[in-house]
Amino acid sequence: MYKYDQYDQRIVDARVDEFRDQVQRRLSGEMTEDQFKPLRLMNGLYLQLHAYMLRVAVPYGTLDSRQMRMLGHIARKYDRGYGHFTTRQNIQYNWIKLEDAPDILAELATVEMHAIQTSGNCIRNISSDQFAGAAADEVADPRVWAELLRQWSTFHPEFTYLPRKFKICVIAADEDRAAMRLHDIGIQLVERDGVLGGRVFVGGGMGRTPMIAPEIRDFVTADDLLSYVEACLRVYNRYGRRDNIYKARIKILLHEIGADEYRRQVEEEFVAVKALGVDPPKAEFDRIAAMFAPPAFDAAASAGVDRSDPDFAVWLDQNVSAHKQPGYAVVTISLKPIGGIPGDASADQIDVMATLAERYSFDELRVTHAQNIVLPHVAQADLYTVWQALTEAGLAEANLDLISDIIACPGLDYCSLANARSIPLAQKIASRFADANRQRDLGELKLKISGCINACGHHHAGHIGVLGVDRKGTENYQLLLGGSGAEDVSLGKITGPGFDEDGVVDAIERVTDRYLAERAEGERFLDTYRRIGMEPFKEAIYG
Amino acid sequence: MKLLTGNDLPTGDVVWWTGSGWSRHVADAVDVGTQGEAILQVEEGARRVNVAYVIDATPTPDGPRPAHIKDRIRAVGPTVRFDPASAPDAAVPQVI
Repeated sequence: MYKYDQYDQRIVDARVDEFRDQVQRRLSGEMTEDQFKPLRLMNGLYLQLHAYMLRVAVPYGTLDSRQMRMLGHIARKYDRGYGHFTTRQNIQYNWIKLEDAPDILAELATVEMHAIQTSGNCIRNISSDQFAGAAADEVADPRVWAELLRQWSTFHPEFTYLPRKFKICVIAADEDRAAMRLHDIGIQLVERDGVLGGRVFVGGGMGRTPMIAPEIRDFVTADDLLSYVEACLRVYNRYGRRDNIYKARIKILLHEIGADEYRRQVEEEFVAVKALGVDPPKAEFDRIAAMFAPPAFDAAASAGVDRSDPDFAVWLDQNVSAHKQPGYAVVTISLKPIGGIPGDASADQIDVMATLAERYSFDELRVTHAQNIVLPHVAQADLYTVWQALTEAGLAEANLDLISDIIACPGLDYCSLANARSIPLAQKIASRFADANRQRDLGELKLKISGCINACGHHHAGHIGVLGVDRKGTENYQLLLGGSGAEDVSLGKITGPGFDEDGVVDAIERVTDRYLAERAEGERFLDTYRRIGMEPFKEAIYG
Repeated sequence: MKLLTGNDLPTGDVVWWTGSGWSRHVADAVDVGTQGEAILQVEEGARRVNVAYVIDATPTPDGPRPAHIKDRIRAVGPTVRFDPASAPDAAVPQVI
């Protein structure tokens, strides 16, 4: 894992001091809210429906146990005893006091954490594959490049005031576990003739105008990657629209000028940028890369697990994934208990996960964009012990990628932008499909709920998606089918007229019933949908 | 009726204009009629409230009921239970 050097620590500490002064000036009346708002947003502090909300950055979703414990401590000391893990691999606290915010940031800084660039029209937290460093199918650890991009983008003077927010994702495997092509820039590290480089996709995103990023460069060598990304940003910064917030994302620029013209301009800019020496010297790259070296795995670790406990066996099949190191496994901890709040964890649960990481996962945790937590390096011999501890903490729901593993944004219960509630709907759907056998029979089914068109709940990318809208002052829910954020990326299509809260739960059940009636051997829901199309499902829903 | 609502500056708590000050309980809110904007200017200037605005509401025997669901949720808090570690069937506020 990356450890701060003196420069990292100095800039984070300086930012805490600066923000403490800004808060004091706001509280004393030296600054108006209009003056203060952009400053607090630069430090991840929003004013939401009920209170201030603080979004803390978790770079590429990677944490150690000390950092995780700090997140629990903040939940306990400054919030109401819990935190909300987000679809951007970050964590949010819903009940923060402005007067406490500087102290919170100061405490975060002691464990190399901050809230910088978790809001505003800048380059946001770089996202990545939660299985990085553990996945058998990766060509390299993508976090090395994610960290490089983090350092390059932090306080980048040219990209602090972009036309709109900007999200970058780096993966290094063919299996896309991070919705890479739904980012402003998505990079897939690949090897060509023994040379490491990246495929570069630009102009993806969700929101009110969802788009899948087209490939702009099929291969740029790793040595040139940073320069190429800078060129991509420069063209956007120059031509992206600043006159209309709804047309300001890079996806709109690509749509308007076309991928070919955008590519031409980027290639031209790339030549100019390359001469500037943006890419890191080898020694600096090697310094960063060394911090992501594989942990000291036990080469003699025994493979094979005693499956005699049936509940454990179910969890093993659902929430434990293969590891590239023999004798180890990747554990995904579901934060989706039936009837619970997707992505929420209490301070005590956060502490339990930190302890398990410290003892059984080489001190590492990951936050996933699906709002779950990963222990990336668990010896197979320790899996039963880990499962027992998770069970005791209410964290052993065996539902990864099943219909109750729902992504949901905070929705109208917390968010000032939302039009409809997401969490109660997620709770109702999970409760309707609570039967574990029924869920497993349905198989992989990714259900995603957003409480407004901004799509923080990734509804466009759900096999089944739900979008909450305001219909004459009443919550209404549109249903979408056929989306995917994985390597088989696609955007969901709206089924037809929307529903009230109970109505959409019924409609989802009619969709799953039709799937069960139609599916061929081995087909997931998404496969069946793609084979038979929307019509049979519309017929099931609307008659 | 018209209510004036906003957030307490240092804490962010949702507050309601009572006629003489700010309360955290919507039941204490009073009809500001056409005076909302004027009160807002004075109170924001004195930093006794932040990001205040006027909303429509209906008087009921239990106190004012904000017209829009967003303001009703602001008035009573999230409609989901606070503690994720509590029992999944724990009661949630029935407010909407």
